[in-house]
Amino acid sequence: MQNWGRTRRFLIYPAVNFLNNRRSNPIAANPVFNSAFGIRSAIRFQHRGFGSDATKIQRNPLFSTLNSEDISYFKGVLGEKNVIQDEERLLTANTDWMHKYRGSSKLLLQPRSTEEVSQILKYCNSRSLAVVPQGGNTGLVGGSVPVFDEVVINVSLMNNIISFDKVSGILVCEAGCILENLITFLDTQGYIMPLDLGAKGSSQIGGNVSTNAGGLRLVRYGSLHGNVLGLEVVLANGDVLDMLGTLRKDNTGYDLKHLFIGSEGSLGIVTKVSILTPPKLSAVNVAFLACKDYFSCQKLLVEAKWKLGEILSAFEFLDNLAMDLVLNHLEGVRNPLPPSLHSFYVLIETTGSDEAYSKEKLEAFLLHAMGAGLITDGALAQDINQASSFWLIREGLPEALMKAGAVYKYDLSLPIENMYNLVEEMRIRLGESATVVAYGHLGDGNLHLNISTPQYEDKILAQIEPYVYEWTSKHRGSISAEHGLGLMKANEIFYSKPTNVVHLMGSIKKALDPKGILNPYKVLPHSLSSSS
Amino acid sequence: MKIMVAIKRVIDYAVKIRVKPDKSGVETKNVKMSMNPFCEIALEEALRIKESGMASEVVAVSMGPTQCVDTLRTGLAMGADRGIHVEATGALLPLSVARLLRALVEVEEPGLLILGKQAIDDDCNQTGQMVAGLLNWPQGTFASKVVLDKEKQAVTVDREVDGGLETLCLDLPAVITTDLRLNQPRYATLPNIMKAKSKVIKKFSPQDLNVEIKSDLEVVQVTEPPKRKAGVIVSSVDELIDKLKNEANVI
Repeated sequence: MQNWGRTRRFLIYPAVNFLNNRRSNPIAANPVFNSAFGIRSAIRFQHRGFGSDATKIQRNPLFSTLNSEDISYFKGVLGEKNVIQDEERLLTANTDWMHKYRGSSKLLLQPRSTEEVSQILKYCNSRSLAVVPQGGNTGLVGGSVPVFDEVVINVSLMNNIISFDKVSGILVCEAGCILENLITFLDTQGYIMPLDLGAKGSSQIGGNVSTNAGGLRLVRYGSLHGNVLGLEVVLANGDVLDMLGTLRKDNTGYDLKHLFIGSEGSLGIVTKVSILTPPKLSAVNVAFLACKDYFSCQKLLVEAKWKLGEILSAFEFLDNLAMDLVLNHLEGVRNPLPPSLHSFYVLIETTGSDEAYSKEKLEAFLLHAMGAGLITDGALAQDINQASSFWLIREGLPEALMKAGAVYKYDLSLPIENMYNLVEEMRIRLGESATVVAYGHLGDGNLHLNISTPQYEDKILAQIEPYVYEWTSKHRGSISAEHGLGLMKANEIFYSKPTNVVHLMGSIKKALDPKGILNPYKVLPHSLSSSS
Repeated sequence: MKIMVAIKRVIDYAVKIRVKPDKSGVETKNVKMSMNPFCEIALEEALRIKESGMASEVVAVSMGPTQCVDTLRTGLAMGADRGIHVEATGALLPLSVARLLRALVEVEEPGLLILGKQAIDDDCNQTGQMVAGLLNWPQGTFASKVVLDKEKQAVTVDREVDGGLETLCLDLPAVITTDLRLNQPRYATLPNIMKAKSKVIKKFSPQDLNVEIKSDLEVVQVTEPPKRKAGVIVSSVDELIDKLKNEANVI
């Protein structure tokens, strides 16, 4: 276990925690510790996380540890079945989707109602027990799993749709509803969710709202800040804030729900969401195009905004290395444009109300773009299956990257003209040691930079960070366009926000969560919490 | 040699269909329509035969209302050379389609007639067999492999049948209906979509072909299959045994 020597990695090696936390149980009795040594986990060690080159995190000594009275109390509130201490289930709750971060929580709670969430939080607050709110656990920055032994509060059982107004399209549901289930439900009503992401089969709406998830349709429907009409949130001390309005317009006082949207569970636990859903338009068309260089992709975007106008609903791009990766690692995927591998691929989706009109408009636009040399080839999906297979190429990229080995993920907002320059510079910097793959929501100026290597290695990380953040900062971009800060970028916020702004965020956090029990060690820099 | 391919415009395979409240049929208003998947496979096979040099022309045929032209355009965008649209409103059952196809075969004189094995809206699986009977041509249905021998003017067809695979050798001209595993249809690429705009679609009416469309069948009612009852999660073995004994009456 040569990894034990790397104490500067704050990632979850139980031995390190053991050394730091003198109150923890001896090694032999700690089931999570034992399971981490199991053969089952041996493979995971290879994929072990690394985190950024930050200072070692210490478990906050002001947080208590669980005792049997706490367990009895929780069982009294939630019932035996929803207080989980089973090793296997804890392992899942402790590990993030990318198998990069693993906590050592010994307790998973599954409340079924806002009232139960309120009681649990009130108790944890009084006992100074740190908690991690968790939904689908599909986050990519380690924000949804414990760092140490925080209690995991998973809202998956709160998955009821409370109401849906067919006239206004306003949906009210609990935070644990899986996004795909909401999409399916709305489909029967003639509506769609304003957001769509590759993780929709597992991610839950509470998590989407807490992380202000962006996704594939942001270019058409805007962000959750615009679509969420109301929230019900439980604060750290158990107070329930009922801001679950269903009104399009309500200018009465400060609009506090916006604080919670994107706060990544650090200001309160979202328990109910009220969201405006757009009508489901029948004419959906998807085209998969090839461009010879990045400049053409940009011009294509400009043309699309003008020529396709109101029917444009998605504009995604991927480079040829990304296409390569998907073709090699994902099953059932084929390149719509054989045989030569082009340099850049663009996926355009249009959604309109009239099939003939939309198809004609899209075809005319594509033929014009081809004539102008903006695209070198393209395919137009002729039925829903073909459209899904085009989307699979783009949506399957994160999964393909996972299968290819270790991946360093960066989610950056950059001015569209400079976006690809960063990719080319990273290729020069890393040379043969890694494959730099780029794709993203070109329509929103969002680049997903992914660096794929066979294994995680410190020297590769050193080549990437902080250069990527500095480059982004220099171009006034965002170091986290949609993934959030979580654990991964908790100390990097200064690259994208000035100091006084960050300090004000710290004050707000202190006001809403004085003991800092909600999702500690994440979102805001550690220096802020230690100074207070 | 000319190849004729029959393609049908149906509700898109991925759409969740709903039965009309009056139970007269399935809701088709505002629902996405596309080419029948088996017809796509049939057209793809025809195009491959042409690309291998064994056929000179691929003609796509579709029958139905005006919107069938859209489906023909898709076929042309995939690579068919010409389209034929037989305009007919109202229900077109397999026997009528077979009669119309026979008439068209007598006009166009193709060496091979390829169809999808069945349409996903009615699942009839009859047209190919009926037209082969009317024309007195050999037929290879549920084809999972098609190999043409130009010299011998014959085609070898592997058929997917219940017992496994059956291989038949048919003299041309012949009728083939295609099954799922025959090939993977190509996408319509922009250069082909552009070329398709100048390709010809000829229109016929049933009267032009001297075929009377009459149906001996009447759809009485269309209903959804009965909904599956939800399962019950039992909390203990005793409860399970109790339910098996007293409710399900199996022990």
